[in-house]
Amino acid sequence: MTNAAYVTTAPTTARAEPIPVSAILPWAAFGGLMLLLTVYFVGAEEGATSLIGGSFVHEFVHDGRHLLGFPCH
Amino acid sequence: MVGNLLLRGMMVGVLAGLLAFCFAKVFGEPYVDYAIAFEEHASHAAGAAGAPEKPEIVSRATQAGVGLFAGLAIYGAAVGGLFALAFAFANGRLGRMGPRSVAALIATLGFVAVVLVPQLKYPANPPAVGSADTIMARTELFFAMLTFSVVLMIAAVMLARRFAGRLGDWNAATAAGLVYLGVVAVMFAALPDIEEIPASFSPVALWNFRIASIGVQAVLWSSVGLLFGAVAEYAARTSDASRHPSGAAAFR
Ligand SMILES: [Zn+2]
Repeated sequence: MTNAAYVTTAPTTARAEPIPVSAILPWAAFGGLMLLLTVYFVGAEEGATSLIGGSFVHEFVHDGRHLLGFPCH
Repeated sequence: MVGNLLLRGMMVGVLAGLLAFCFAKVFGEPYVDYAIAFEEHASHAAGAAGAPEKPEIVSRATQAGVGLFAGLAIYGAAVGGLFALAFAFANGRLGRMGPRSVAALIATLGFVAVVLVPQLKYPANPPAVGSADTIMARTELFFAMLTFSVVLMIAAVMLARRFAGRLGDWNAATAAGLVYLGVVAVMFAALPDIEEIPASFSPVALWNFRIASIGVQAVLWSSVGLLFGAVAEYAARTSDASRHPSGAAAFR
């Protein structure tokens, strides 16, 4: 019974206050770019295009690239 | 705040990459091995007899072990980070959904837009399937399909939000989903097909490889969605509890 009072006043995990877009944008711009570059290195570097040359990256992540569905060779 | 989310997303992504690695190792690698054996057999048969073997830069064992793990973990971290950015935009902006539901929704829509739709048009290929001469065109088409699908999905979500007031959440989401599917169908019809499967390549091996590829991505995306959702829900509860100390008792 004593618990009932707590339960009715317990905060429901109501939806959060949205983070202002102006606070997200710098992170989205910089972080997003870095993360997309990361995807590029796993998914496409030294396939059709090459930023750093050689073929080590391609050969190293080769199986992952095929199994993630990226065109490899 | 956003930096924190980003960090959590990337950490969750590495963990998801580990799970995807386990799946890939069991269900994917056998067909990669089959395809590489096929490739070597084909190049021998093509009269390369006597020609020196191409030196291996990375051994097969490394490719199928550390290399596969690194590829999936790094990709997982990137997906987790991008997921966190999407979450930062979406949380609190999608009706009455709590953080766990928002994460589940992003994972589902992300999987459809990033994996399912591009792969239905341009499915994953094991080694030996696909000619080296067309890698340029195949890469361009695949990334065009991927980019278009993602942009279209973001537009569809914004459309659903805009019309939610007038049509209600459910109808607005259904309408936006139909718009997404309709435009995707047009893209499927408009973009060229790629047909480069060697005649004697086992169709069953190809099918199994493609299913395994979708499976690897499904493990990765669902893990990111569930783990990130759990972390976000926990963070929301503890911050709620510290803001309302009396209510915190209910959680003990
Ligand atoms: Zn390859």
